[in-house]
Amino acid sequence: MKKKIISGLLAASMVLSLAACGSSASSGEASSEAASTTESASTEGATGETTPIKIGGIGPITGAAAAYGKAVQHGEELAVKEINEAAGYTVFDWQFQDDEHDAEKSVNAYNNLKDWGVQILAGPVTTTPTLAVAAETANDNVFTMTPSASAQNVIETGDNVFQVCFTDPNQGVASADYIADNGLATKIGVIYDSSDAYSSGIRDKFTEEAGVKGLEIVADESFTGDNKSDLSTQLAKCQSAGAELVFMPIYYTEASQILTTANKTGYAPKFFGCDGMDGILDGVEGFDTALAEDLMLLTPFAADADDAKTQAFVAAYEEAYGETPNQFAADAYDVIYSIYQAVQSANITGDMSASDICEALKAEFTSMTFDGLTGTGMTWDASGAVSKAPKAVVIKNGAYAAM
Amino acid sequence: MAMTKWNNIKKSTKSNLITFGIVIGFYLLVQILSAAGVMTNSFAGQLVPICAYVVMAISLNLVVGFLGELSLGHAGFMSVGAFSGTLVWVSLYDTVPHWLALILAFVVGGLVAGLFGFVVGVPVLRLSGDYLAIVTLAFGEIVKNFMNAVYLGVDSNGLHFSLKDSNSLGLEPDGKILINGAMGITGIKKASTFTIGFVLVLITLIVVLNLINSRSGRAISAIRDNEIAAKSVGINITRYKLIGFVTSAVFAGMAGVLYSLNFSSLVAKKFDYNTSINILVFVVLGGIGSIRGSVIAAAILTVLPEMLRGLNDYRMLIYAIVLIVMMIFTRNPKLVAWRKQFTDKVKAQFVKSKDKSKKSKGVA
Amino acid sequence: MQFLSYLINGISLGSVYALIALGYTMVYGIAKMLNFAHGDVIMIGSYVIFFAFSTFGMNPILSVILAMIVCTILGVTIERLAYRPLREAPSLAVLITAIGVSYLLQQVAQLLWSSNPKNFKSVVSLSPVTLFDGQLIISAETIVTIAVCIIIMIALTAFINHTSTGHAMLAVSEDRGAAQLMGINVNATISLTFAIGSALAAVAGALMCSSYPTLMPTTGSMPGIKAFVAAVFGGIGSIPGAFLGGILLGIIENLSKAYISTQLSDAIVFLVLIVVLIVKPTGLLGKKVNVKV
Repeated sequence: MKKKIISGLLAASMVLSLAACGSSASSGEASSEAASTTESASTEGATGETTPIKIGGIGPITGAAAAYGKAVQHGEELAVKEINEAAGYTVFDWQFQDDEHDAEKSVNAYNNLKDWGVQILAGPVTTTPTLAVAAETANDNVFTMTPSASAQNVIETGDNVFQVCFTDPNQGVASADYIADNGLATKIGVIYDSSDAYSSGIRDKFTEEAGVKGLEIVADESFTGDNKSDLSTQLAKCQSAGAELVFMPIYYTEASQILTTANKTGYAPKFFGCDGMDGILDGVEGFDTALAEDLMLLTPFAADADDAKTQAFVAAYEEAYGETPNQFAADAYDVIYSIYQAVQSANITGDMSASDICEALKAEFTSMTFDGLTGTGMTWDASGAVSKAPKAVVIKNGAYAAM
Repeated sequence: MAMTKWNNIKKSTKSNLITFGIVIGFYLLVQILSAAGVMTNSFAGQLVPICAYVVMAISLNLVVGFLGELSLGHAGFMSVGAFSGTLVWVSLYDTVPHWLALILAFVVGGLVAGLFGFVVGVPVLRLSGDYLAIVTLAFGEIVKNFMNAVYLGVDSNGLHFSLKDSNSLGLEPDGKILINGAMGITGIKKASTFTIGFVLVLITLIVVLNLINSRSGRAISAIRDNEIAAKSVGINITRYKLIGFVTSAVFAGMAGVLYSLNFSSLVAKKFDYNTSINILVFVVLGGIGSIRGSVIAAAILTVLPEMLRGLNDYRMLIYAIVLIVMMIFTRNPKLVAWRKQFTDKVKAQFVKSKDKSKKSKGVA
Repeated sequence: MQFLSYLINGISLGSVYALIALGYTMVYGIAKMLNFAHGDVIMIGSYVIFFAFSTFGMNPILSVILAMIVCTILGVTIERLAYRPLREAPSLAVLITAIGVSYLLQQVAQLLWSSNPKNFKSVVSLSPVTLFDGQLIISAETIVTIAVCIIIMIALTAFINHTSTGHAMLAVSEDRGAAQLMGINVNATISLTFAIGSALAAVAGALMCSSYPTLMPTTGSMPGIKAFVAAVFGGIGSIPGAFLGGILLGIIENLSKAYISTQLSDAIVFLVLIVVLIVKPTGLLGKKVNVKV
């Protein structure tokens, strides 16, 4: 009997998958050239002056990394909405797929977007999935712009892969230079997430550069994604080693925990973070921001910056999603707008093939300058790495202040 | 007596043939669909993971269904297999023919996982029930944490190993990092195809079904059903348990190789407790001890979350509910009896002569 | 001195594991099922306290009581809908539904309260104990957690050994069929077990998040597994075993972080567990204790 039920289920699933096959007639095998996936896109949905360009986003919107994926999803959604409204017709057709912060799911999500006819990929969000997906997009020649996967080897995967965020080594070096050049401290403790590519990537370069700059790493402590609720021992080791400054190349969630613990145990060194720290003031509901007083961070984005662009973005984001945007949302917003700028100046339209769009965008991105939320005068080199100036800020009275 | 025995054997052979038929039929169907160009990228992209999970499910079913022991760390074997096999593939890629490198990758992956199966199995199979489950869980977590901390590089002076970071490998400028801690192995040249996956599923099925129907297999089943009785008739408990456990580990390792060579990067985090649990879900939902059930359940449950993509934010919520409902629907004794009664009634419509005895049996 | 401070960190982590493990071992001992959703019930309880206490400014004790009520209802409902239909089925079937329930609770939490982390405000407002001129600080949360653990341990042991309901629980855990024949309502007894276990989960959530304040939909899962390990370590089903296992686990974890490797501390914890189980296959207090819940 059981077997019959199962066979029934199998049959049902077969029918479903066949139905799914029928719905997108254009696509061939996974490895076939991307041109074939876009043929169907050109004929449908021509609502405005031109055929919409299909942009796909990928990121974790369920699971432990969901907070980051959600921010990117919202940032992209907002940008697409604004662009379409301003243009008066559908410039971008956009959809976002969940990858649960898992390489396999991320490739599935990408394949799903391919079935939909994706022409430009705005994602994935996290490093491990991005590495897997970038290999696929490089193979298909689909332009890929990740808002936040910052590892160096993400852009090494192919010349179609670009980043809006700093690469990790870049941030590690910049942090060490900043600390040394401004004489913030000489005895440094590091607390990082060894199970996370972003965190360990920054930390590796930081310790290397620290040696060059004559900083002394007195404590080098890590935690893992599974074991991050209790960080008291790591902090105690920094304290007993006499660290004057604790460098935390980690996300704001864990940082809020470290700051709380430090406050409890009465340890008050200087704290220094990177762009993942952005969000510490409003990303953690219930966190006492007084604990983050004097925290320094290198971040390309500050939600309370007073330029008109940031303020308009923050206001629109808060209205749409009821929360303050963080660096992930800002990066995602910049991804869409930079693509929009490139699309306009290169006269890209939705009836071009994904591969042609990719070539056009590659040429455009390596020659253009973009002013976004996360930097002005941003340029990209042929490797896909962005060049923008990191801003160091310090938290004073619960708000960012320039240093 | 002789007659019933004969019938049993025949029945199992028949059942095995059906299992092979389903697998081969599915393979042919996919080939036809892809030749006709009507297969979605999404489905095509899932074929190799499906094969890997099918092999994992068969392999775990050997432990859970036939050995009667609960393993919560099967992804650990998958992990050691994946890492060792991928290392072989990456290092031999430029020097030997690809087909040979691939075969060696699978062989090494399987052997290393089998070795771990042996090392873990010898002390652990003394334990039973939930204690064994927790030790396998612990094994899986140890593998994950350890592989997350491993840095391995190669340069002109040979291999360098560290548990600290990539800087402390002390590589020469010509050196190459093979395993980079949490980043794992990157830049893998993809090698897995559906055909390779299909062949691996067939090999797994042949070996596992033969083992189950062999003398050793009967000994293993005897141990599961009553360990003391088995011991008293002179069955070497440890030996047979180990045979089952190591075989299972070997195939889990090979599934790991298949899986990892399907993506350009490999991280230890993938093979965590959740993956072990997912595979256990395939086995239990497919029917403990039913190889065919494992095959089908693994395939369906791998595809299901992808089919639910249209639900966006509610996708995993619906998946969880479907899981609970399917479990209750297929395992609740009352529902099972009710379904049996129902199908018997339907049957009775067609076969009017024999219905009475069956019907009463169904109600009871 | 440094060692003592690491040790205290370990004990405070261990006391949290112990508290969770008490609920785990209680349910396991009587219902004979691994309730993988236990960690997620803790998470739900923590959210209830977070909103009651931090957002609506309720009294901390009342917030915890509210969470206990919510979790009790939740636990009994889960048992009724997802576990009871499978009571006569193979035990693995219930294990899988428990996993399904665990996924379900996490997803519901994410949809209701978003995946953004929340910083849990400690429900313990006492000041920490300072020793040796401030060189050693024992947080009030740790002291309260240990005290609560001991109170719960004594209360559970007394309840099981000295009330008729407790005897019924013992009977159900020994032999369900025989208990039924003796006129014990097995379903009601198991429901009660889940009610108690889930109420304990709420208390555990309150104290866990007071010590380690980040609250997310996935907060409960890893401590849940660790507590399960702690329960097995101490001898599953044994109440003092759960306490001892939890404390030891926390100490081993933190000392290996301090002296061996922060990256490998989890691996070391699990390795110690394997060694202990190989030497003593039923855990530290598995056989000796006759109080089998």
